[in-house]
Amino acid sequence: MTTETKELKALAAKIRIAALTAINSIGSGHTGGALSIADALAVLYGREMRVDPANPSWPERDKLVCSKGHAGPAVYGTLAVKGFFPYEELRTLNQGGTRLPSHCDRNKTPGIDMTTGSLGQGVSLACGMALGEKLRGRDSRVFLIVGDGETNEGQVWEGFSFASAKKLGNLVVLLDWNKRQLDGWTVDIHDMGDFEAKFKAFGFDTVKVNGNDVDELAAALERTRKGGDKPYAIVMDTVKGAGIKEVAETAMNHTYPVTDENLAIWKERLEAEIKELEG
Amino acid sequence: MIKIVYNGELDPRLCKQVLGSTIPALAEADPDVIYLDSDLMNCIGTAKWGAAHPDRAINCGIAEANMIGVACGLASEGFKPIVHSFGCFSSRRCFDQAFLSAGYAKNDITILGTDPGVTATMNGGTHMPFEDMALYRALPGSTVIDITDPTMLESVLHQCVDLPGVKYVRVGRKSYAKVYEEGSETPIGKAITLREGSDAVVFATGIMIHEAMQAAQALEKEGISVAVVDMFTVKPIDVDAVCEWAGKTGAVVTAENHNRYGGLTSAVSEVLGARCPVPIEHVAVEDEFGEVGTQSYLQKRFGLTAEHVAEAVRKVISRK
Repeated sequence: MTTETKELKALAAKIRIAALTAINSIGSGHTGGALSIADALAVLYGREMRVDPANPSWPERDKLVCSKGHAGPAVYGTLAVKGFFPYEELRTLNQGGTRLPSHCDRNKTPGIDMTTGSLGQGVSLACGMALGEKLRGRDSRVFLIVGDGETNEGQVWEGFSFASAKKLGNLVVLLDWNKRQLDGWTVDIHDMGDFEAKFKAFGFDTVKVNGNDVDELAAALERTRKGGDKPYAIVMDTVKGAGIKEVAETAMNHTYPVTDENLAIWKERLEAEIKELEG
Repeated sequence: MIKIVYNGELDPRLCKQVLGSTIPALAEADPDVIYLDSDLMNCIGTAKWGAAHPDRAINCGIAEANMIGVACGLASEGFKPIVHSFGCFSSRRCFDQAFLSAGYAKNDITILGTDPGVTATMNGGTHMPFEDMALYRALPGSTVIDITDPTMLESVLHQCVDLPGVKYVRVGRKSYAKVYEEGSETPIGKAITLREGSDAVVFATGIMIHEAMQAAQALEKEGISVAVVDMFTVKPIDVDAVCEWAGKTGAVVTAENHNRYGGLTSAVSEVLGARCPVPIEHVAVEDEFGEVGTQSYLQKRFGLTAEHVAEAVRKVISRK
């Protein structure tokens, strides 16, 4: 394992602790879908994205749109670990007056680039942002996390076809193929078929990776740096609840309680992992 | 400067011509202005300019929800988007996007809805928004405007690009009775008195301005003195103007090419009820869907003529 791999894996574990800490402060939340994207967030903020925690609205930065806005706690966890705002603030999740609402809000949270929550809308917003970067002549990129259940929304496909038609090579879609949505397995609720084939048919430069493997994610993201005329799609084969065995093995884990007891056990486990990785 | 030149005749300019010249002019004057359409550029005269300026005129295809989102993404990058579709599609078809991606997320955009209400004529009931103002009025911080004539359209568009929030502007593509001299500036949020009167006031918008003026002229011959006020900014409503004229006349009529619920009638009623109660009658669509026909047929069908305004005035005066 390379040093960088170890660092990214450790960061992913820290993001998981931070997200679970945030959710624990209100007892329960969108735990499964937050955990499934922790590795992607680690690679994005730990390696790929050009950001400055001290200057969250730096115009030249790369931007993230988490269109599955309910995964807010995972993004907040990442931003807190990276120093965009005080770590202790994670404990204010969903409290009255908080800067950390359940769904991402660009007007409230330092480091949140776009408001999301009504599924599908983040895709169009990210397209507009990527188009704007191009028109401004900047080399900034827009990273867009989309849930697999979210792709039930027609707007997602309007946006994807727009991205392709307008040659948004500075847009990178990370599809969180965690195979579960609120009511159960996606193949049972509304089977969307082969995502890789769909993205290719929509004109995306497409790869499929293990979305809980930081090395595969890093390699896939590095490929997207070359830009060009095609938007990029990374179909991330993930486990909903990844990193926490009890959550991952519970079929209906769209929401999952993070009790004080659970948090203590999971945190201890993740901290041991971090200790080993950081030697 | 506002100069009222109403004499009942049509403005020789079509509003689609004004859109077709004003949108490019705004984009050329300000590099941040960007125009997005959903395959309807040919309907408002922007296609030729758009084809020559693909970086300033983005044709999003027939996908209004996505178009609003793209516009909002551009707004977050500092652009000042002007978005167009027919009023039916630029309101209810993409309302969640306008509400959240624009309003809630504070991405400031101007949304044009052409062919409101009965001006949708031959496109019929599927294309006839009687509810667009109601929807946009319910969006916090929004500005809602029903255009009176081509001169006002030009003035309003110039103001909208730098106004915060979601701006919804409804306008027919064809001609309107000429009310304002070319070059007049009509400040958003300020009602304009078109005609003084003492027995009743008609607050009107859009195509109903002409009907209200015709009604007032006819009623004058009956010895009834009617004021007509252009209430083109339906939100934020000009509270002072509503109360001033309610106080002066003691009888209010609203006239709008829209459902009686949620538009001008509601906005004026809210002010009267809370601040300066007097009797009110309305000339508006009685909670119905649209249908196909000529504009004159549809105005009769839905009760939106000068005769209907005159009748409402007589009725409200009888209730004083």
